[in-house]
Amino acid sequence: MTASNSYLLHLADNPMILGQRLGEWCGHGPVLEQDIALTNIALDLIGQARLLYQYIAGLEDVRSTEDQLSMLRYEHEYYNLLLVELPNKDFGNTITRQFYYDAFNLLQYEALTNHPNVSLRAIAVKTLKEIKYHYRYSSEWMIRLGDGTEQSHTIMQSAVNQLWRYTGEMFIPASFENDLLAQGQAIDIISLKEPWLEKVSSILSQATLSLPPDEPMRTGGKEGRHTEDMGFILTELQYMQRTFPQMQW
Amino acid sequence: MVTTDTHTKQLQASLDWLSIRRRIASALYEVSDPEIPGISIVDLGMVIDIRENEGQWQVDLAPTYSGCPAIDVIPFMVKAKFDEAGLPGIGVDMVISPPWATEWISPIGHQKLLGYGIAPPNRHGSLMEGSPKQCPQCQSENTVIISPYSSTPCKAAYRCLDCLEPFEYFKCY
Repeated sequence: MTASNSYLLHLADNPMILGQRLGEWCGHGPVLEQDIALTNIALDLIGQARLLYQYIAGLEDVRSTEDQLSMLRYEHEYYNLLLVELPNKDFGNTITRQFYYDAFNLLQYEALTNHPNVSLRAIAVKTLKEIKYHYRYSSEWMIRLGDGTEQSHTIMQSAVNQLWRYTGEMFIPASFENDLLAQGQAIDIISLKEPWLEKVSSILSQATLSLPPDEPMRTGGKEGRHTEDMGFILTELQYMQRTFPQMQW
Repeated sequence: MVTTDTHTKQLQASLDWLSIRRRIASALYEVSDPEIPGISIVDLGMVIDIRENEGQWQVDLAPTYSGCPAIDVIPFMVKAKFDEAGLPGIGVDMVISPPWATEWISPIGHQKLLGYGIAPPNRHGSLMEGSPKQCPQCQSENTVIISPYSSTPCKAAYRCLDCLEPFEYFKCY
């Protein structure tokens, strides 16, 4: 696997796995409007992943299909962030995970709109429109719930703290990112850390939530080393393709 | 020197070309987004190119949202419509660049959305999605957002504070 293809898969696996996670809310949202909102965001994310998988599948040195790439790889062959594979838990936890990711994704996709690869740039320009809406949605809920009742505030602060250790990975380059960075083919994610922290601090402060203290960050997802939760997602995600190989809908 | 005969043939070829193009366009007008029936994909601004190269016709469509469930159905419906219209073998592609924008929805599209009970996109104010000009039911300007996502990713849920009816607003994209 070339560094470039690993990087593209990493970009595709993030929305794929997060989309699958958000899809679990279908029929279980706290109220109808939020059930629909979360599943609409899930649809956007899976659509974004699909654009990337379709592009990767057509590359000379890959020659695969979008189904093969999204649904038939083994766990260690997925390069998504650990953050996106974590369980939904409650609505507050789901929103916080979404908020951390959206704030990062917004910055990442703004940078990708200047990527030298014209296909990747086109996907970024298109999907950035959707990512802006995702970020607005999750940040509004952070404020509403953080600055809500005593109970919602407590739940949100706990989610903010629990998920914090999974945010560091967004700004620590994987080996493929380091390889590509030298050629200007990957985004300098280290440089996104400051603007991300600014965005997050600003929303958390409006939400009357405090920024968690420094702690060791969990990494490995981008290199294919996942949490226990990943296997469970893949079991569900891959069930149909593995039971009925080559099935299409 | 061009003879009259060649001239006539060239003219006929141009007319044939125009006729095929017109038939393609008419067929496209008859295809609607299954999520918003009654509004053709042309009025939704999804048809971005109809072209011909050495006898091979090609239609480019712009998908709306990346995750729109209609993304696979629409090219299928377009091809079926071409077959029905006696226009086989036309290539149909989804093209993401330039990205589809709500500005591409035609004035007829706006009217049809309204008639369907959906407030059309209205870019004004500081919000990226804009806001509905008025309630599609009672035309009141006194409306409030319920949720930024509605039955599809492209719409937000609103409520009219005068007639109290809920309605959908097509967000700017």
